[in-house]
Amino acid sequence: MAVTAKARPGAGEEVTLIRPVRSWVALNLREIWRYRELIFFFTWRDVKVRYKQTLLGAAWAILKPFFTMVVFAVIFGRLAKIPTDDAPAPIFYFAGLLPWVLFQDGITKSSTSLVANRNLVTKVYFPRISLPLSAVAAGLVDFALAFLVLLGMMAYYGIVPKVEALLLPVFLLLALLTSLGAGLWLAALNVAYRDIGYVTPFIVQAWLYASPVAYSATLIPEGIGRLLYGLNPMAGVVQGFRWAILGTGAPDLGLLLISSGVSLILLVSGALYFSHMERTFADVV
Amino acid sequence: MSIYAVRAEGLSKQYRLGETASGYETLREKLAEGFRRLRRLDWSRDERETIWALRDVSFEVPVGRTLGIIGRNGAGKTTLLKILSRVAVPTEGQAEIRGRVGSLLEVGTGFHPELTGRENIYLNGAILGMKRAEIDRKFDEIVAFSEVEDFIDTPVKRYSSGMYLRLAFSVAAHLEPEVLLVDEVLAVGDADFQRKCLGKMSDVAEEGRTVFFVSHNMGAILHLTEETIVLDQGRIVMRAPTPEAVDFYMTSGLSQSGERRWEPDEVPASAGPFRPVALRVLDENGEVMPRVPSDLDFWVEFEYEVSEPIRDLRVGIYLSTSRGEPIFTSFDLDNRQRYETHRVRPAGRQRSRARIPGNMLNEGRYVLGVNASVYRIRSYFTEEHAMTFEVDGASAPGNQWPERRRGPLRPALDWELLESADA
Repeated sequence: MAVTAKARPGAGEEVTLIRPVRSWVALNLREIWRYRELIFFFTWRDVKVRYKQTLLGAAWAILKPFFTMVVFAVIFGRLAKIPTDDAPAPIFYFAGLLPWVLFQDGITKSSTSLVANRNLVTKVYFPRISLPLSAVAAGLVDFALAFLVLLGMMAYYGIVPKVEALLLPVFLLLALLTSLGAGLWLAALNVAYRDIGYVTPFIVQAWLYASPVAYSATLIPEGIGRLLYGLNPMAGVVQGFRWAILGTGAPDLGLLLISSGVSLILLVSGALYFSHMERTFADVV
Repeated sequence: MSIYAVRAEGLSKQYRLGETASGYETLREKLAEGFRRLRRLDWSRDERETIWALRDVSFEVPVGRTLGIIGRNGAGKTTLLKILSRVAVPTEGQAEIRGRVGSLLEVGTGFHPELTGRENIYLNGAILGMKRAEIDRKFDEIVAFSEVEDFIDTPVKRYSSGMYLRLAFSVAAHLEPEVLLVDEVLAVGDADFQRKCLGKMSDVAEEGRTVFFVSHNMGAILHLTEETIVLDQGRIVMRAPTPEAVDFYMTSGLSQSGERRWEPDEVPASAGPFRPVALRVLDENGEVMPRVPSDLDFWVEFEYEVSEPIRDLRVGIYLSTSRGEPIFTSFDLDNRQRYETHRVRPAGRQRSRARIPGNMLNEGRYVLGVNASVYRIRSYFTEEHAMTFEVDGASAPGNQWPERRRGPLRPALDWELLESADA
């Protein structure tokens, strides 16, 4: 067998210092950057594995929001006759579902990411945040596929993107950050309390109805009520995303700011809690 | 200042009891446990007992040295490796490591059954800390070493356990860290494969890397390492040239407890539905004994768990001398009648035990190994050096002459003394 390159000990080499962690550590962004390739590989694995051994494969990325849209259109549109900001009902729901599904998949997958990768966490070192991070990122592939369908629907309904569409990446990013923030909390808690695994689906379901997916945020009375509604970070994300696509149902600035603020607080607190708990994961998981 | 690769000062690790033993819990147990913990959080801080898995461990290892770490289960070997590989954080003390650290706490960590061999090489390589370009460069070499060229684009779930292990080890073997931490990975696979791994490991050592090698396999420790640390109850009790340290360990009784337990994470995933739980030496009353009188019967009991029924599974033991010479191999279905009535091993936790007759073994130390396999189909789990026990010859036949008898057996034979007819 081939003898490979020799180790080169000596000066100028990296030195790893291992010591107890006592303080609340801040997130080590440099370390995450160093492990960017691993995060990529985790994401790639999650995408690859997701639809293996399914009959329809990646078509599920489209079918899931599509069928939900059909159900919403029948129940909320036809039966309950909930107004859809003057937009055609199907595209109204579909545009709301895209960021929602991205968020929902992200939160569900990231919350179980540490427990599901238990054998990795107890055997190999890497920044633990790589796991929830890649779980959230993997949802982007599904999102991209569904987004193509959305473009098709826009063409069908003759909807031309307006200047608001430039804000689309911002709302997309907010959806990812919110998902990651909540995912970090749940993933870290899930390590110690497996109950989280049972609680998450319930949280997600309640969150869906608390977010303007099946209805418009414009239905919430203006003023204090709508600002309070903005405490749900997904309120700003979903409403904003749909507005950027359809140009109707503009969210008020107050709601957007509050939503974004809460989303960032969720992310920062989630990251802090996660990195505080990180050192115990291998002992407890 | 000498060039050291690793320097540890006062490393200690404290675990809360109950944190380490997780095992397999039922849903209800998990919920109950979850609520118990939640409640405890509400009322007061944790009042669970704590245990020091590692206590005040200090050492320096010069660059290029291969260091063995031995000690019985729970002595802190794995904890030490986990701290050095940064998987676990020490409670006290610190360590400094120069250069890239590669850890092989298990072969095939992160392999995904649905992915192909090629995909798993990249994934596993990245997990072990290789850069993508590095994997690209070594890809052909890895595949060649693993001997699975023809199946490289097949999902690894279709691999035989041997192929799976070869591929997994071959990825790990091509990691080129300055400091390599290896935990018991050689305990897996067949004898040929183990030899190949050992060969690769000594190559690594000769390349000037610093290697930490944890094993229960004294032969491998003697073969691969120059110097060895003996751990007991989390402390270093000896650091010496390997032959001396192994001798100390084997004769001090540190290696014996009459029982060997396998933690779930000690068992390679390839063992599949089979999971060893414990191997014990028991006296007539079922008490665990590290030392048995040579004239009395005793039991060797192997406890294991089968998560789904396995057809034609046989579970057996190896007995060999402390120098590694085999004495016998015996399986629980050797009896033909029992073989016919136990063709399918049901799921669940169970024990196979064998009575070893008194007046068979000579005084001395013996090594027990275990095997669970389906003849010519698959070996689920093998460990030739699972535990040792001692036979006390105080009441052996012929003890009126306090001499050491040769050979591993000391049967009480039926001697007859006859007078010959013609003088």
